[in-house]
Formats: sequence, structure tokens, C-alpha cells
Amino acid sequence: MLAYTLRRLWQFIPTLAGVILLVFFLFNWVGGDPAYLLAGKISSPDMIANIRRQLGVDEPYGVQLWIFLKQVLSGDFGASWSTNERVAEIFATRLGPSLTVLVPLLLISTLLGMAAAMLVAHVRGSLTDRAVMVACTVGQSISILVYILVFQYLFAYQLGWFPVQGWGVTFADNLLRYSALAIIVGIAVSLAPDIRLYRTFFLDEINQDYVRTARAKGMSETRIMWVHVLRNAAIPMVTNVLLQLPGLLAGAFLIERFFGIPGIGREVILAVERSDFPIIKAVTIYVAVATMIINLLADLLYKAIDPRVVLK
Amino acid sequence: MREQGVWALAWKRFRRDRLGFASLIVVLVYVAIMLGAAAGWLGPDWNAEAGVSFAPPTFLGPEAVESPQLAKAAEGAQAVADYGIADPLAPDLTEIAKTLSGASTTSARAVTLPLGGDKWGRDVLKKVLKGTQTSLVVGLSAAALAAFLGTLFGALAGFRGGWVDDFFNWLYSVFTSIPYLLLVLAIAAVVNQKGTFTVILILGLTGWTGIFRLIRAEYLKHRVREYVLAADAIGASGARRMFVHILPNVSHVVLVQLSICVVLFIKSEVILTFLGFGVGVDTVSWGSMLAEAGSELLLGKWWQLTAATVAMAILVTAFSLFTDAMRDALDPRLK
Repeated sequence: MLAYTLRRLWQFIPTLAGVILLVFFLFNWVGGDPAYLLAGKISSPDMIANIRRQLGVDEPYGVQLWIFLKQVLSGDFGASWSTNERVAEIFATRLGPSLTVLVPLLLISTLLGMAAAMLVAHVRGSLTDRAVMVACTVGQSISILVYILVFQYLFAYQLGWFPVQGWGVTFADNLLRYSALAIIVGIAVSLAPDIRLYRTFFLDEINQDYVRTARAKGMSETRIMWVHVLRNAAIPMVTNVLLQLPGLLAGAFLIERFFGIPGIGREVILAVERSDFPIIKAVTIYVAVATMIINLLADLLYKAIDPRVVLK
Repeated sequence: MREQGVWALAWKRFRRDRLGFASLIVVLVYVAIMLGAAAGWLGPDWNAEAGVSFAPPTFLGPEAVESPQLAKAAEGAQAVADYGIADPLAPDLTEIAKTLSGASTTSARAVTLPLGGDKWGRDVLKKVLKGTQTSLVVGLSAAALAAFLGTLFGALAGFRGGWVDDFFNWLYSVFTSIPYLLLVLAIAAVVNQKGTFTVILILGLTGWTGIFRLIRAEYLKHRVREYVLAADAIGASGARRMFVHILPNVSHVVLVQLSICVVLFIKSEVILTFLGFGVGVDTVSWGSMLAEAGSELLLGKWWQLTAATVAMAILVTAFSLFTDAMRDALDPRLK
């Protein structure tokens, strides 16, 4: 286990180097020189040169890469180009709101998806099963944008059950008032794919020999589902939830943007709109590192809860 | 009896799947709409301001209440008449008002449109048809690009092995360690250029990873099979073995992955365009329609949102069901 972990950590280095190169290639080579963009419509050559010097894009590429490398290793990505706030500071303050939405969202949607998947797997082949599957397919084919627009219009604007947007001061206020609708939208969006995926996990287990044995012993169907099948089907589910995490962190940006939640996702959208490269660079690197660590954790967890798994 | 080819057998299996067959027909209808719109038969004048602002759909009938702007204009006209002197500018003003009120002075604006109108009175039906073209062209072209790259990389990595394999695996791990939408957004920020072609490039260049992984695994399996060794023995070159001998045998994997990508890319295009990094302002797509629909909804004008959502949902549902049916039909294990 330890040797495996060390080897995987060692393998992080080329991947991380690749991510750094990719980000550098994109932002310093392709993106090149945003000085004209930042200087605005009325600008003099002096101003442009000044901005270039400030951003460090007048240096040769080798020097720029060295600076970027130092930034990654020290974790200090400098200041935002548009607000001059430190990037590290932005992250520290935006992570909380993001997690306030994401953690409940992930927990509730996983539990709901699991329960629903178990139900439809239990009545597999029936009309209910087929109806739920059709509903899931249709639900999945509607854009997340539509969910956000319609839910916000209906529940916040028309019915007034939730604030349309905003963010409060206390954690309870944020969680129960301002995040509630965002969480509901997130659940509505992720439920359909979750049910479909988890249903296949349950179906894989239901046809196993141990289920037939349990039935032959006269065990009740409920006990088989809740105790035997659930525990086995939970193994791929747990890893699936973990693997979803990095995508969710960045993927919730639409939800954060629409509900005015000052999280990392909204910051990314703002940064993309403002061509605020330091923030996007930092997010990309951070999230890539997080993804690698989470992938490793998922594999280790898989091994921990399923002793049959051999890590190689 | 003549031996049936793998594709003929797959087609036979596919035809038996009624749901899959029905969804294929729906997909083909959409492709026909795409071709019709591209040829200029469907919705060429989507940008024309054919109706009044927010003209309701025909099945609802025209709006009963006059818009406040029109009422104000009528009041204003009366006030001027009260002064008792003829307005010297009156003929000019009526001329201007006429030009402003309609796209052309010759045709009056319709009060209702088949599926309603948007803020500028453009026909939502025509926008949906034209938007279908944009979204489907983006989805199909980007998927084709991704499938090409994924197949090429996968074939090279799986067949050549060694440092080639190491290199592409490294590239794969780099691309997959950044969440897909974040990568797409980052590239959009860097390119900072709107346009259909840009969207296709962004989606195609980032979306090849899934196809790569599967194709590489297939090539690893196939390169040691007897028919490939036999081809080697008669002196077939590496490229010939890769693309003439093996590729037809793994093409079903490419096809299934390609149609999974189409669905993913259509959805991504909508999000990109919605956020303002997608197709240009002179192009209509489902994403640009949804972007307008957000503020329209607050005014109670729901038809553009509904039209774009339904058009997209039907295509994506049909395409997903078609993909599932195709995968079942092509899966040789079920034979």
C-alpha cells in the first residue's frame, strides 16, 4: 500500500509538469499579450509597454516559464489583473461559499440517487422502472441552463420561496436561505445521470450468486437489498462520488453565477470574462492537483473497502 | 448461402430495436433540417424582424393589452394636436416613425408568429430551425475532429507501444487531470475569439481523451491477433496494418464514442455560447436563444425558452437512445 502510494505520488511529477506546460503554452503563448485588451480602447504605446512590464509578458519565454514555475511551487500566483486582489486571497475567501453549496449538494444527491436507483433496480423491468429510465433520459437531455432559469424564475421570482440571489453573513443564513435553491437545482441536474449509473451498479450485483444464495436461505427481499446488495453496490458508488468532486468544483460555476454565490466557480467565470489570466491559471493548476490527489484517494479507498481489489 | 458482413448483421439487429429505430428517424429529421437550413431553404431570414416585439405564438392569439410604449405614443400625438398649430416637422416625423416601426415600410409586422417572436420580433420558429443547423454542425464537426484525433493517437499509442505509448498516455493524463469544462473555458478565455469555427476547434481539441482510451485498448488487443501477424508476415507496413487491417475491426468503437461526443458537444456549445464564448452574435444557436430567454422569462415571455429547450431535448434524447441502440447492435458479444 505504502509503496503503491509513493509510486503514484512519484507519477504525479510528469503529469503536473505536463499541466504546467499546457497552461503555460495556452496563456503565455497562445494567449500571448493581453496588454491591448487590458489597456482599453484609448491607450498610448507607453501605457501598453508599462502594462507589459507589469505583467511580465515582455520577458523572453524561458524567463516567463521560470517565473510561472516558481509561482506554482510557491503557490503564489500574484495578483488578479482586474481587481489586484491576491490570487491566494481570492481562493481562501471563495472556497467557503463553494463548499457550502457543494457538500450538501453532493451528499443529498448521492443519497437520493442511491435510494431511487435501488428502488428501480428492485422493480427492474417493470413499468415503473422503464418510466423512470425514460424520465431520466429526457431529464438528462435538458440543458443545465434551463433548469437554472426555470427553477429560479418559478421558485424565487414567482413564488418567492427563496431569494433570487445573494449571500449573507452567517453560515446558517447562507446554507439555509441563499444556498437552498442552488442546491435544489444541483440535485435536479445530477439526479438523472446518478440514478442511471447507480442502477447499473445495483443490477450488476443483483444477478450475483450470493444474492441467489441469500434468497435460497429464505432471506427477505428487503434485507437482501439493504444489507447485501447495497454494501456491494456502494463500492463503485463511493469512488464515483469522489471522482465527481473536481468536476463539480469547477462545474458548479453556472449555479454559483446565477445564484450570486461568491464561490470559486463564479470567480472563474468572471476571470474568463475579464481575461484575468492569473486566476484561471491558478484554478487550472489547483484543480488539476486536486484531481490527481482525489484519483489516488479513490483508488486507495477502493482497496480499503474492497479487499479483493489488487492495486498495481 | 452468402455470409453476412458484420455491418449487415448489426443493421439487422438494429432494425429489430423499435425504440432505437424511431430515434434514428428523429435524428435523421434533424440532419435534414440542418442540411435544409445550410442550403438556405429553412429560416434564411431568421434575422428579419417579422413580427411585433415579443409577438406571442399563433395558438395563443395576439396580445390583448396594448404595450405601454404604444399607449404613450398615442397620448403624445394628441398633446401635439392641442397646440392648434400645424407641426412643421410632422411629415418628416411620420416618415421616421414609419421607418422605425417596421424593418421595411412596405410590409406590416405580424401580430403573432407560429412559435412567437423575440424582443426584436424575430420569428422563433425560424431561429430554432437555423439554430438547429448551428448546434448540430458544431456537435458533428467537433465530434468528428475529436474522433479523428482520438483514433489516430489511440492507434499510434496502442500499436506502436514503447515511448510513443508513454507519450500519448502522458498527454492523456495531462488532459484528463483538468476537468473538461474548466479546460474548455480556459481555452475560450485564451483564444478570446467568438465564432462557430473556434467552438468546433476548442471542443474537438479537448474532447479526444475518451475515444483515445478505448481505441488504444482495442489496438493493444488487436495488434497481436493472428490476422495482424499474418499481414505482417506478407510484408504489410505498420501504417497499413494499423489503418487498413485493424481500423475496420475497431470502427464500431469509434462510431459509438463519436455519437456520445456529439451529445456532449451539443450541450457544451449551448453552455459556451450562453456564457458568451461560443458562436458569434451574427449566428443563432440554441445557446444564444437560451441566453436571450433568461431575461425574457422575467417578462413572462416563455416561448423562446420552450422552443430552444424542446428542440434540444428531442435531439439529445433521440441521439442518446440511438447511441444505446447502436452500441447494442454493434456489440459482437451479443451475437
